[in-house]
Amino acid sequence: MSEAIRVDHLNYAYPGVEDTPGVAVFTDLSLTVEEGSFVAILGSNGCGKSTLAKYFNSILLPCGGKVYVCGMDTSEDDLLLKIRRNVGMVFQNPDNQIVANVVEEDVAFGPENLGIASPEIRRRVDQALQQVGMYEFRKHAPHLLSGGQKQRIAIAGIIAMEPKCIVLDEPTAMLDPRGRREVMETVLKLNREKGITVVLITHHMDEAAKAQRVVVLHKGDVVADGTPEAVFSQVELLHKIGLAAPETVELCYALRENGFDLPLDRLDIEGCAQVLHDAVRT
Amino acid sequence: MAPILQIKELSHVYSAGTPFQHTALDGVSFSVERGEFIGIIGHTGSGKSTLMQHLNGLLKPTAGSIALDGVDIWANKKVTRQARFRVGLVFQYPEYQLFEETVYKDIAFGPKNMGLDHKEVDRRVREAAQFVGLTEAQLEVSPFDLSGGQKRRVAIAGVIAMEPEVLILDEPTAGLDPVGREEILENIQAYRRAKNATIMMVSHSMSDVARLTQRLLVMNGSKLAMDGTPEQVFARADELVEMGLDIPEITSVFLRLKQMGLPVEPVYTIEQAVAVLKALKEGKRHA
Repeated sequence: MSEAIRVDHLNYAYPGVEDTPGVAVFTDLSLTVEEGSFVAILGSNGCGKSTLAKYFNSILLPCGGKVYVCGMDTSEDDLLLKIRRNVGMVFQNPDNQIVANVVEEDVAFGPENLGIASPEIRRRVDQALQQVGMYEFRKHAPHLLSGGQKQRIAIAGIIAMEPKCIVLDEPTAMLDPRGRREVMETVLKLNREKGITVVLITHHMDEAAKAQRVVVLHKGDVVADGTPEAVFSQVELLHKIGLAAPETVELCYALRENGFDLPLDRLDIEGCAQVLHDAVRT
Repeated sequence: MAPILQIKELSHVYSAGTPFQHTALDGVSFSVERGEFIGIIGHTGSGKSTLMQHLNGLLKPTAGSIALDGVDIWANKKVTRQARFRVGLVFQYPEYQLFEETVYKDIAFGPKNMGLDHKEVDRRVREAAQFVGLTEAQLEVSPFDLSGGQKRRVAIAGVIAMEPEVLILDEPTAGLDPVGREEILENIQAYRRAKNATIMMVSHSMSDVARLTQRLLVMNGSKLAMDGTPEQVFARADELVEMGLDIPEITSVFLRLKQMGLPVEPVYTIEQAVAVLKALKEGKRHA
């Protein structure tokens, strides 16, 4: 499998103001994301997650090291547009990402800017809205929709540009439980059915548990990287860096402290209930 | 003692008489006792924010009334102004409202507007900063040089400095990591204990409200759909899911265990779950 994103010995510091020194974010970070995979990135506030995301479509450029997107070097000016076409970004606040007064016009904004012919834009907009389950709202005013609906419009606007990769930076932080479910289902479907590479930055452990791979950042370094089961069973490490495991794992962990013999890799309700049932019965 | 807040048949209609007319609150009644910690849950658009904005007089009811300590907050101008100080409102993402040159000045803005003297303002700023865990040194820096979590604390301190008897917060932990969330929630608890303040917290995190509050108000379709203890509310799991809400994961696990035939009632925190399962296992051993 080829690489969608490759971060090679990245070094970056936010520049200092006046005579204060700059703040080092990454000193030597390396990471690759395989094409078609679904990777969740976790880390406490200030660990560099959002900064990292900004390298994935050349919003930031490395001070040292290289970042490649679909094989293209992000520090080459000539490739900028091509890179941004390949990597779409979705941010936390849906209200900051919507530009038009009608849903379908908002979704068309991206492809229009790519200079695509009208009939093709029509096709892409309809398809993108169908994929996020918002087709019936195509004539609505975006500001009257719910947060989850707005966020799905933002995602439709990205997929209408047909990128290879979508980077989502805490897309559900402002949403209610239903909105969160809608957005997560949409993202999972795009990954599974369209093969779009997904990088999901989140503080919600239950969302990260749905990814194929979880990367944990701490102070600009990767401290854990593996399947959700492998990463979340490292409960002590997660606690040490200010994170937590999903509640099911936290429960098993607390029970282990109380003399129960339980695994720490049950991320879903059914699996957790099963091991608890067996542990109490024996 | 009379309840600190009494809401009677409260209704609010936006843009009445226009094609955009929308009933955001419809006959909502409840009362709040001093020192209670109440969670408010409901999907986007259920009327939570409209309700909050009525409690300190930012919005005027279309029908119904809000009484603070037995006095209608719209009785006269003086009472309305008092209500705005006695009931403190922290909006979602309050850090976007910071504007002063230093953290100290930003926190002092509210108490200064109350007409307090310099000494009292100073005392309140320092005490509020302490509640939210800001250091003396941080008081002198620009709020814009702080991290997101720290900015949020400054914004909350700005409301706490007015020493409201009722503190209302709209999703105070959105966008924070687990430790940041925990710290802010502890800060709120500390304020409640020190001042015997009433806390009302809007949240989308079912496990946070389950753990912290003694009472939950569930808003759905502009109406107050449920009002009860977390046990009572989360026992109605199917209805909550129907309303676009959730139950804590721990509660889901216990509902499944019950289905599997274990003699357990739903719990909603890890501590409760550990206690129940431990007792069950030990019971087995002694049987």
